[in-house]
Amino acid sequence: MTVLQLIFLLTAAATLASGMMVVASPNLVHAALWLIIALAGVTVLFVLLEAGFLAVVQVAVYIGAIAILIIFAVMLTRRIAADSQSQVTRSWWLAALASLLLFGGLLAMLTQIPTLTAGAPVLPGNPGDIVRDLGQSLVSLDQYVLPFETASVLLLAALIGAIVIALPPKAAGAEGGES
Amino acid sequence: MRPEILSWLIPLPPILSFFLIVLFAHRSNRLSHTIAVGAMLISWALAMSVFILALSVERLGEHPLASSIAWLPTAGTALHIGVLIDPLGAVTLFFVAWTCLAIFVYSVGYHNFGSPRDNEDVPGLPPRAGGIEPMYARFFAFISLFAFGMLTLVVSDNLLTLFIGWEIMGLCSYLLIGFWYAKESARKAMVKAFMTTRVGDVFMLLGLAYLYSVTGTLSYRAIFSAPVLERLAASPSVVAGLSIAGLIGLLLFLGTVGKSAQWPLHVWLPDAMEGPTPVSAMIHAATMVSAGVYLILRFFPLITAGWYEGQALTPTMWVIAAIGAFTALFAATIAVTQNDIKRVLAYSTISQLGYMVAAVGIGAFVAAAFHLITHAFFKALLFLGSGSVIHGVEHGAHATHEHIDANDMRNMGGLRRKMPITFWAFVAGGLALSGFPLVTAGFWSKDEILGHAYETGQVWVFGALVLAALLTALYTGRQITLTFLGGPRSSAAEHARESVPTMTIPLVILAVFAVGAGWLGIADDFPVLGGVLPNWFHAFVGGTLLEEPAATHFNAVPVLASVLAALGGLFLGWLVYRRVRAEQADPLVGPLGPVYTLLQRKYYFDELYSFAFVRPAYWFAETFTSRWLDRVVIDGILHGIGRFALRVGSFLRNVIDLPIINGSGDMVGEGVKRGGRGLRWIQTGRVQFYLVVGLLFAGLVLSYTLAIRP
Amino acid sequence: MIPLSWYLIFAAALFCIGLYGALARRNSVAIIMGIELMLNAVNINLVAFWRYITPGFLAGQVFAIIVFAVAASEAAVGLALIISIYRKRSTVVAEEIDMLKW
Repeated sequence: MTVLQLIFLLTAAATLASGMMVVASPNLVHAALWLIIALAGVTVLFVLLEAGFLAVVQVAVYIGAIAILIIFAVMLTRRIAADSQSQVTRSWWLAALASLLLFGGLLAMLTQIPTLTAGAPVLPGNPGDIVRDLGQSLVSLDQYVLPFETASVLLLAALIGAIVIALPPKAAGAEGGES
Repeated sequence: MRPEILSWLIPLPPILSFFLIVLFAHRSNRLSHTIAVGAMLISWALAMSVFILALSVERLGEHPLASSIAWLPTAGTALHIGVLIDPLGAVTLFFVAWTCLAIFVYSVGYHNFGSPRDNEDVPGLPPRAGGIEPMYARFFAFISLFAFGMLTLVVSDNLLTLFIGWEIMGLCSYLLIGFWYAKESARKAMVKAFMTTRVGDVFMLLGLAYLYSVTGTLSYRAIFSAPVLERLAASPSVVAGLSIAGLIGLLLFLGTVGKSAQWPLHVWLPDAMEGPTPVSAMIHAATMVSAGVYLILRFFPLITAGWYEGQALTPTMWVIAAIGAFTALFAATIAVTQNDIKRVLAYSTISQLGYMVAAVGIGAFVAAAFHLITHAFFKALLFLGSGSVIHGVEHGAHATHEHIDANDMRNMGGLRRKMPITFWAFVAGGLALSGFPLVTAGFWSKDEILGHAYETGQVWVFGALVLAALLTALYTGRQITLTFLGGPRSSAAEHARESVPTMTIPLVILAVFAVGAGWLGIADDFPVLGGVLPNWFHAFVGGTLLEEPAATHFNAVPVLASVLAALGGLFLGWLVYRRVRAEQADPLVGPLGPVYTLLQRKYYFDELYSFAFVRPAYWFAETFTSRWLDRVVIDGILHGIGRFALRVGSFLRNVIDLPIINGSGDMVGEGVKRGGRGLRWIQTGRVQFYLVVGLLFAGLVLSYTLAIRP
Repeated sequence: MIPLSWYLIFAAALFCIGLYGALARRNSVAIIMGIELMLNAVNINLVAFWRYITPGFLAGQVFAIIVFAVAASEAAVGLALIISIYRKRSTVVAEEIDMLKW
């Protein structure tokens, strides 16, 4: 058992555990906080996979924006007696069953493929070059500039859409006319 | 113009007149009678021209004026129709033209032309008080059509157009007898006349068809050729004992029995007096009933085929003679007891036609034709005279506001002074009818028949005819005495007046013929007078037949018998009736007793026929056919079919249409609804549910493609 | 050295947990949280495959970056929707938002 493996196992366990707490916790604020921990665990895994840029993006975007957004949403939609009621649907067993089945299937499939047990190949070039190459690939014309730009348009649309949807009713007309 | 072409034109003016009056002229009375009389005048002129031209032809019998056209093409041959003017046709044309013209002119006055229309007169009833007849134009239309029918019959050269004319006259007789259709007696009489003559016509048509089927032609010249006649006389027919010629002759004679009112089909003629008097004169005295005799005269060669003078009569001839003689006597006995002036003349007509028929039966062709012509003149004269008398008495009745039957002789009397022209004309006709010796036409013609009967040894016929002659004179004397002599028996008769000239002039003309027509047929060996005038008639008409018949030899017995009968009868009639008062019973009632009632009731033949034929026919029509067959059987079948169809329909509806067809249609809709209702629980509206379902299906598909069918 | 399969199994497990959360939780925001977990599992998958199969080919990372962008926009719009619905219906329970029910 190497150090990396240990780190991996610990992180994975923590992430999975906090994931389960996310879906099991009756208090939504607690669930949001557990979500932050899960996201942090994913960050560590990114680092283990030598995708440092992505780890940082994970922290900044997921934890820093999305998780906060979720907390905002929880706060904005609180009901007085919300936490005392049941937090799962009547047919939660069906969902559990489905999830288990899916996991079982995936597991069965994955263990049958031999190449997956091999170790990680050597990373070509410097680790520092990865970020530079990544950045350049995102904006170079013969690589991934199109998806990059499309994604930015998508973000713009989502931004505007979210604002329009979430506006209070009276201000929706004015904002819609203006934009 | 050739006389044949003129002959074609003779029937044409009256039919044109009929159509013109019916379609255009019927609103104007003057125009109607002008067209009618004018048309008849043209036909008369054409007929006279043809007659004169015919007279000039040498041996007209062998070279008749003839013309025919192919009318109806049938396969290889064609049916020919045409005109034929032989001696018989020529003399018939002569008297038909004269009598019809006289009667047309008479009708103008008879229907009171010139008098204003009485507003209380109803169409369908005779004018009450001397106003113009409301249906004036209609009358002239009908008699024009009738004249067309008679002229067609006379000029035709084949049995088919003869039959056409025959039937047209039957129709006009029907229409004219019931001219005053609002009277129930007239309506009954018109139907009776038509039905009775129809019986005869059926047999005539059978004879016609049989003749056509045997000879293949209906044309006279083809049938009356010697080879054809010999063949027909020699071959036996379907009836045992009769040759084909005999059977056809008998069947055609049955048509004559109907049309000329011989016993047993005589019952319609007296009732036919319901029609206006010109109708009685023309149709039922001079022309239509004469058509029956004309038919058997025309077919004399066929009737007498295989018979030669001096032989015993063939069965057909015997039947004809028997019926003729019997009818002559039978009708004369009834005439003695009748009180209606026209009815006496009707029975007299039946009786005289019996004379002619009997003459044909015993083979006296020329005598029969002679009597036909003289009778037409004097009978028409007598009828027109009676019409004049009736008009005079009606005028008197209207003047004195008396309501009496103007036809009844018991209400007349003394009219000699009031209506002199009518009186003398009537006397002329009456004497001719009785056979007053020498000066009247009736004597010569009747004498010839009696002479022929005596000469050929037909004793029964001779006896019957002499007896009938006596009775004829008797009732004629009675009629003249009751009507004109003595004193008036009612105030109507006292105030009678003479008729207008349009009525009296035709009387005078006919009187001339009634007196003079006989002198053309005086036998050559008649004492004193024979040979003074040649027996033109015998020579001319006798030429019609293939072998000219021998002239009757003068024999004192029949002449004496007829003279005695005539003078004796007239005298007796005058004697018995000259002092009859009003309201007095008939002098003959006492002596004759129950026989008188029998005679007056016409031997109860009307009652017999009503019982034997008319009532069963009504029963058959009303009960059997109408009630049973029509309503029960036929309607029953129809209703049954209807009910069955209804049942089939409701079965189809309830068993097939509603459950199956409607049901399957409904089921589609219902099925969709139920299916929807069954499936809609999936549509929960909850997102998570949708996701789960989607996941499950995705899993299913995935496992299928990966595991079972990779 | 960590075999690829460990990462994949982990990602699968995280995905299934997130799936359970998305399907079984009543609160709409909790469902969003489950979805975020699923998206993260996908990201792990992508990066793991990049690292182990095609390390010289940067498409894997780019893909993961795009997924980040999409996830962010989706979370933003989703939460905006939830807030809008909450304003109208005064509820965030997914089961109670069934206006498209038959």
